[in-house]
Formats: sequence, structure tokens, C-alpha cells
Amino acid sequence: MTTPIVPPPKKDPQKRTRVPTRPSELRSRAALGLAAAAAEGRFMLQVCTECGAVQYPPRDACAACLSVDLPWKDVSPNGRMIAETAVRTSTNVYFRERTPWRIGTVRLDAGPSVMCHVHGDVERGGAVRIINRLDKSGQGVFFALPSEGTPAMEDDPQLREMTCDPKFRRVLITDGRNENAVALAKAFSDAQASIIFVGEAESWRAYPHRDTLAAIPNVEILPLDVTDTQSVTELAGEIGGKTDILVNNARFVRPGGIMDRGDTVFARDEMEVNFLGLMRLAQAFGPAMRGRGADGQNSAAAWVNLLSVYAYSNMPAFGAFSASNAAAHSLSQCLRAEMRAGGVRVMNVYTGPTDDAWHQPLPPPKVAPTALARAIIAGLEDGLEDVFVGDVAKDLIEKWRAGAKVLEREMTEAAGD
Amino acid sequence: MTLHAPSPSALLGDLAVALATGTIEVVDLTHTLDQDFPVIVLPPEFGQCGRFRMEEISAYDHRGPAWKWHNFTCCEHTGTHFDAPSHWISGRDIPNGNVDEIPVERFIGPVCVIDCSEGATADEDFELTPAIIEEWEAEHGRIPEGTWVLMRTDWSKRRGADYLNMRGDGAHSPGPTPDAMKLLVHERGIRGFGTETVGTDAGQGSHYTPPYPAHFFLHGAGRYGLQCLNNLDRLPATGAMLIATPLKIKKGTGSPLRVVALVPREGAV
Amino acid sequence: MTRSSSRRLGYDGIVLAAPVTVPYQRFSKETAHWWIARALRETLTTAGIAPRELDGFSVSSFTLFPDTAVGLTQHLGLTPRWLDHIPMGGASGVAAVRRAARAVQAGDADVVACVSGDTNHVDSFRRMLSSFSRFAQDASYPYGSGGPNACFALLTDHYMNAYGAMREDFGRICVAQRDNALKNPHAIMKSPLTLEQYMGARMISDPIALFDCVMPVSGAEAFLVMREEDARATGIPYAHIRSTIERHNAFPEDAIQMRGGWVMDIDELYAMAGAQPDDIDLLQTYDDYPVISMMQIEDLGFCKKGEGPEFVRAHDLTIAGDFPHNVSGGQLSAGQAGAAGGFIGLVEAIRQVTGTAGPTQVKDARTAMVSGFGMINFDRGVCSGAAIISGDAA
Repeated sequence: MTTPIVPPPKKDPQKRTRVPTRPSELRSRAALGLAAAAAEGRFMLQVCTECGAVQYPPRDACAACLSVDLPWKDVSPNGRMIAETAVRTSTNVYFRERTPWRIGTVRLDAGPSVMCHVHGDVERGGAVRIINRLDKSGQGVFFALPSEGTPAMEDDPQLREMTCDPKFRRVLITDGRNENAVALAKAFSDAQASIIFVGEAESWRAYPHRDTLAAIPNVEILPLDVTDTQSVTELAGEIGGKTDILVNNARFVRPGGIMDRGDTVFARDEMEVNFLGLMRLAQAFGPAMRGRGADGQNSAAAWVNLLSVYAYSNMPAFGAFSASNAAAHSLSQCLRAEMRAGGVRVMNVYTGPTDDAWHQPLPPPKVAPTALARAIIAGLEDGLEDVFVGDVAKDLIEKWRAGAKVLEREMTEAAGD
Repeated sequence: MTLHAPSPSALLGDLAVALATGTIEVVDLTHTLDQDFPVIVLPPEFGQCGRFRMEEISAYDHRGPAWKWHNFTCCEHTGTHFDAPSHWISGRDIPNGNVDEIPVERFIGPVCVIDCSEGATADEDFELTPAIIEEWEAEHGRIPEGTWVLMRTDWSKRRGADYLNMRGDGAHSPGPTPDAMKLLVHERGIRGFGTETVGTDAGQGSHYTPPYPAHFFLHGAGRYGLQCLNNLDRLPATGAMLIATPLKIKKGTGSPLRVVALVPREGAV
Repeated sequence: MTRSSSRRLGYDGIVLAAPVTVPYQRFSKETAHWWIARALRETLTTAGIAPRELDGFSVSSFTLFPDTAVGLTQHLGLTPRWLDHIPMGGASGVAAVRRAARAVQAGDADVVACVSGDTNHVDSFRRMLSSFSRFAQDASYPYGSGGPNACFALLTDHYMNAYGAMREDFGRICVAQRDNALKNPHAIMKSPLTLEQYMGARMISDPIALFDCVMPVSGAEAFLVMREEDARATGIPYAHIRSTIERHNAFPEDAIQMRGGWVMDIDELYAMAGAQPDDIDLLQTYDDYPVISMMQIEDLGFCKKGEGPEFVRAHDLTIAGDFPHNVSGGQLSAGQAGAAGGFIGLVEAIRQVTGTAGPTQVKDARTAMVSGFGMINFDRGVCSGAAIISGDAA
């Protein structure tokens, strides 16, 4: 039985904050396929195109027929744990600090045996479901869960190392004015976040949902304007040391591309909020979060960017907005690399058109704020790096992976109607 | 008005002495350029007034060891600012209607202050009407030609959301009626008109005919606007001198600026 | 494709001589080159061979980087016409014999010096583990970084569940080897070990406890492979190679390792030597963990699969016992000097069958079986090998 976690005690101000350490990050290029799959929470293994043999560990040629065509495929995650141990001495500092650490050997129904981290509720020799998760070094690792859910299973200390569960963590949602803010704050409140700081720009002008937002349990509204370096710096000075999850939902969106706009005014705003806003936040909040990646049960855990899926391929009707998101998408990769030293996850949540004023004339499907909020919480609970919310985003990324150039042409066609 | 004016150099000399001794006080009518100072808000599909923003370039550090400086950005119409005739469509064809072209002597002139603070306290949509102007003139004399006219409402003392006072049907703040503007511009020939609110027009000014009458009549006649003024309660109704020199921005329609007034202090030594 | 079957050629006339163990040290500031040089010098001196005359050289080492056997020739001033570098860890001793013997037999070399050695710096074990192999780096080290302790803990856990082995059974192997080690003046472990102490030791990676683990040390081992007439002419003792086997990545379909490659080749090992298990006077298994020694006792034909626990309960594994096993103390008590762990059993076996083992000598030892096991590439040992050697009296 997993012991449910309780709200952590206040930090002892005389103790040094534990410096983040990480499990081994070294991997072959083939093994990075695990990280790519874990980024989306998928359990994938290499499967030989020619003979169908499922491979593990990741490799460059099929161990059954020597074919070198070994694409990653979703395979059955079910199996049985045939051996286990509790590692009590480790040559790696990260594990040394966390022993005993339970690992096991699981025989997968799909064929291979894998070595994996093991949830405390898995019984000896029991049936398991393997998940592929990113560890603190951002590499994909296997984690065996009991095949049936158990009470408070998300609180397993080893599993919590692989996730960014909001439970008892302190969250900053950067833009309270955004129409999605109520749904986001409510979702974090429901997920037992201990404090939900909500940034509010331009408190000198009212917005309709402010009272609703303020009434959500554990919400605290604080001044924050991501276009204003001083404001960002000031808030980071106040709460940067207790921001465990930062959700950057500040977003400036206007329709229009290049020639139909005729100026760069909105484009500047789009870059100011969507790109430079991210950079300002990262410069102000990033160092403290990175330094607190191992700060106990409510360590800094995740940085969440809400991005347009048109970051991948430009939607000309929102052409400049798409471009600003492409810039933010690229910057988020840089942020991810820089945050990795602290084991802090950078999770990008991509959507197609959202259900708001700026996409009002667009036909469905559109992503409702509640759906977005659900996806964020689920993504954090699974420790993901890339989340695609809604049919449009899922469809687009699939097409992008199949052929980015074909997709570009397809997107342009839609705009030319 | 006496014709026995002193020589210009004596005049300036006397002014210098008066400024040094405080018998002429310099009053700052400007708000601090602050990232969080409200700006006018238009419907979001329109381009918006840029907020004041400042980025540190260096601060005696690795980016510049012995100096500190910032880049700042804002709109021509951010903070305490000046509106040139070219700001409004009615003033588009006015000669020398951009801030860089306006003759510099136009920036300095006598100022009349019409105190509407009591009315604006009672009614957030308080209107400056011809009747109020005439009542003021009955007490202080006719507004001379070439005068800056400032509408005092004490609105500058408002903070936060109360300043723009936005509601579902738009902003609610005091301002002049079209007839008041016609009177000031066409009959009195004023130099310009200034307010403590975010614009020279009332918050609900779009509902007049013509919409935004202060902008329409002032700029259509080549006159100037000043808004987001501060400390108007420290000015006398008449007798002060206003200095409002915008930045010399090429083809600029306005500019943030430092507005000061020279105020005689009769009792001072 | 059908293969023509052929009987393997024997090793007649090819012998093993001049066994050398450079006394181990827990940590060393020296390099693998230094340790290998010491072992090579001693084995060559024993046979009266000048380094420049040596025409065959075989090296096994983990810590030579960035050098290989090639770099060592220049470093040590050798000019061999036959050179080998064997990366098989615990199987390197048997593999070195097999390769060198065929080279000498064919005349490609007259004498091959087989040397293994590694240094152990304070942090070198951790460094070696993190990049031991690609599969280990990708698929085992990230899971707790327990190194081989964790991998063998899993194998041990599975073996115990499958066959009802108890920790005491593994303890019997460890305690007997410590008893043997007390007679070996060079063994790292010098104090007696009781079963109670074994059982009470702290867990390292359950069910592996402290005395199931080898101590990484610095050290080197060496011997010569040469023609019998040359050995006889020099007047040094020598041992005959009666048979050998080698296998890699056997039984990949096994979900977890329960047997090694010996199972595939054991009949050939006995047939080539013309011997039976009863003919073996001592067994030198590769003992990085006792579970592996137990598997070898089974896979090498001394009992059936799963009967290992009962076998060790029924036999005395000490030098004077009815089943002498790892008589110098093995790696468990003498220390694991990197790749030299693949030589320790073989070098001691040469001493044993030539009657030169001194304090660890098994009475009337004529025939020894030596087994090698190496390279936890991912979840199991990949390389296996074994040899039967005999002294002249056999």
C-alpha cells in the first residue's frame, strides 16, 4: 500500500537546499527513442519491419534477422515481474540519496525482458503494466506499475520522481486575464495544489472573471505582466523560491498574417508576450526553479508553456501569431536544455484553435478551457514534455511527422480558399 | 494690461530671481512614466497604445562595468502626453501638424484652470459645458486667446481601476461636450486643452456628435491636447504659465513629456 | 546451409606454464600498464625469455584506455609477430588459452604471454560501470546504478524463487572460499568468515549482501602458452590443455539468466578431454557472485539444474574438502582485479595441477576444470568458456 503523502512541513531555513543530482544521462542515439516516446507518455519499443521481432534494449539492427529497419511502435505494456531487488548502494549520487530503490526484471507480453523501476505496490511476481517516463535527467525509463490501480498510487516516492504531480505543490499561472485562467486555476485547485498564484497584468482595467478566479480555493492573485521585465523580476523576487510549477498561459493572439496586417504592431505584441514573455519569465524564475529541483516533496517540478500547434506549421490566417509561437517553441527547447540540470521538466502543451474570442468565427473543433486544463494536469501527472490537446493539434502533429513540407502546402491551401 | 513692460533681458533676469527665491514656483504637472500607469484601451481588434516598458542595458556590471542605462519603449500617447493636430483625422491636413514641426513658441503660454473637481467627484460622467465655462469667465474674466485651458477634475488622484473606470459599456470619466469645445476653440481661440484623465475627451466621448469632440475640434483647428496631467489642484485659476514641450519626433502625432507650470506665489519672499 | 561436422583438433604438445599473480592491492595510484608490466616481467623471467624475444602477446584489461594491446607493445618494448586483445572480462582467461594455443600449435608464434591486469583508482569502478557497455549504459545503469550488484541481485532473486535456494546456500560457497583464502598469503581478505557473519551482513541489493560481492582491487595475472618441448627444455613445470569450450550470447530467449553457454557445449568439453565429472580434482568457477558459481556447478555437469543448493549443502568446497572449489579464495576473497578476475582461477589451476600451489595446494590435484564467465552487457553474462587442464601425472 502506498502511504499517501501529506503536506510537507515548512522548510528549515537553517538547512542547505539539496542540490539537484541526476541519474545517468548517457545514452546511445538509438536509446533516445525512449525519451521521445516518454515525452508523450507512450510505451514504445523498436519493432522490426521485416520479421516483426520486438527489440530491447534499443539497437541498430534486428537481433532476429539483422534488418536495420527498426521503427518505434506502440506495443503492449503488460508483463510479469520475474525478479526484483532493492538497490541499497549505488555508484550514482542521485540514487545514493534515494536508497533503497526498487527495481525489477519484467518479462513483457510483447517478448523482451526489461529492467525497470518498480512501484511499491507491485507484488512479488505480480502482473504489471509498464509505463515509459522521463526521469530527472530527462531520459526515458521504464516503470512497472501494478496492473490494477491502487489507492494513492501516484504518491509512490519513486513514481513521484518521474512525474510533476501538482499535489501539494505551489503553482504560478501567469495570466489571470486569459479566458482560460478560471478553468486552469480550478483544475490545479482540484488537483490539491497548495497555492495557486495567478499573475494579473494591468490591474487598472477590470475583466469579467476576476471575482470567480479569486474565489477558487488557494488562489492568490498577484501583479505580473510578462511584457514588463520589472514586474516579472519583482514577482520572482517574492515567490520565485516557492514556485514549483509555472504555467505560462500569457498569450497574445490576433488574426492575420503579413500583408493583410500591413504593420508590425500586433506582431510586436505577439513577440513581446509569446516569445519575450517566456524569456523574461525564464530569466527571472528559471534559476530558482532549477536550483530547487530536489527540494523535498514539493520540489520545483515543471515549467508549462501553452503553445499553438501552429508553431510546427504556419497557419496563414493566424500567420504572425503562428510565427511567434514557433519562436516560443524553439526557445522552449533551449529552456528545456537549461532546466535539465535541475531535473525540472519543461512541458509544452500544444493546441489548435482555442474556444475564445479570437477564434470565435472559426468552425469547431476548438479546445475548451476545461479540456486544456485537464490535459495540463494529466500531462503533469504523467511527467510529459509534449502534450497535444484536441483533434486539430493531434492531427497536425501526426501530419507534421509524416511530412512537414506536405503539411505546409496543405495549410497554405486552406488559407487560399 | 500694462504697456510698460520691462526690457526682455530685465524680464528674464527678474524671472530668474523669482524662480530662485520661490516667488515663482515651478509645479510639476507630470505623472511618472511607470510601466503600470494606465493607457487608453481601445476595442482589442484595434492596435493599442503601447505601455511604457524599460529594459536594462547594463547596470555597472558585465554588460557595462561603469554605467547603467535602459532602453525604453512606449507609445507617443503614453503617460502624461501631448497630442499634436496630426493625431486626429480632423487635423490630418493642418500645416505643421506634427510634433517636430510645431513652432516651439506654441509650447509655452498662459493657462486657465477650470475647476470641475466638485462636479466630477459627484458624477463620474461629468460634462464641461458652455454654461460652466461662462460661469467661470464670470468669475475670472474671459479666457484670452492663445491660452492653455485645463479642466481640473482631481481625476489624477484616482488609482488602479478607478482611473480608467472601465465598465461593460466603456470608460466613465469626465470631459467636455461638443459645444464646450466649439466655444473654446472657435470662439475663444485657445492654444490647447488639457485634462487629468487618460484622454482630452470624456470616457463616453464616443457617443457625442461628433465622437471625441475635444480631439475633433482641437486638432481640426490646429490646437493641442494634454492629458494625464497631475497636480492641477496646485494651479491658480489664472495667472500661471504652462510649459509643455514634446519630444521632437519626426512626423510624430504626440509625445510623452514633462509638463511644468510657473505659478506666482504672491505671499512668498 | 548445412555444415560439415568435424572433430576438433586437440591441443597436443601445447602447454601452460609460468603462472604469475602480482599481489593485489585495494587501491593503486599506478596504471594498468604498470600492473601488466609487472606480471609480464615475472612470467618471462620464469621462462628465461627476454621481452624483445617474445613473439606472441595477449592482453586483457578494462583500464588501458586509450591504449590497447597495440599501445602496450611500444610502451613495454615488445616486438611480437602475434598480438591479441581480449575484451571478454571474466571469460578472458579461457579465451586467451584457446587463441594462444592454436597460434602456437600452428606455428604463428612460439610463445604467447597471456597477461591480464587492471588498476583500481578511487573512482575508477564508478566510471567503468557508467559506460561499461552500450546496453548497460542504456538499459541497466539508469535503473538505480547498482552496477553488477543489482544485476546479479535480480538473477539471484529469480534463481532463489525458481529453485528454492536459500541465502545460506550461497553463504556456504562464500564461507568455504574465505577458508581457502586464509591459506593464500596474497588474498585481500585475511579474516575468517562464519556463516553467521555472512547472514548478518548488510544488504547491498537484496538478496545480495556484503559478502556476496567481490572487492574491486588492482592486480595482474599472467601465464605462458608454449610448446611442450620448449617448456621441458627450460625446465619449468607445465600443464596440458585437455579441452576447451567457448560460447557467447547463449539462450537469448531466456527471460532472465538461469544458465550459461556451458550448457550448449559441456558434452564436448568432457568428450574432448576424455573425462567425466568424477575425474575433476578441483573446480575453479568464475565467482563474481555465488549464484553464478552455483549455476556453473550445475551447467558444468556436477549436478542437475536446480540441484546446486543441495549440492553445496552436501559437499565440502574447501581445499581439503571432497569438492575443492576456488581454492585460492577466488575473487570473493582474493579480490577482483578487473579483467584479471578472468585469469585468477586459471592461473591458480596451473599451479595446482603442476603441484606448485604451495599453501593452497589440493592434495594430489591432477586435473582441474576452469570456467569463465564474463561481461554483463545488459542483464546477463554474455561470454562463457571452460577448460580442463592436467598436470603431467594425469
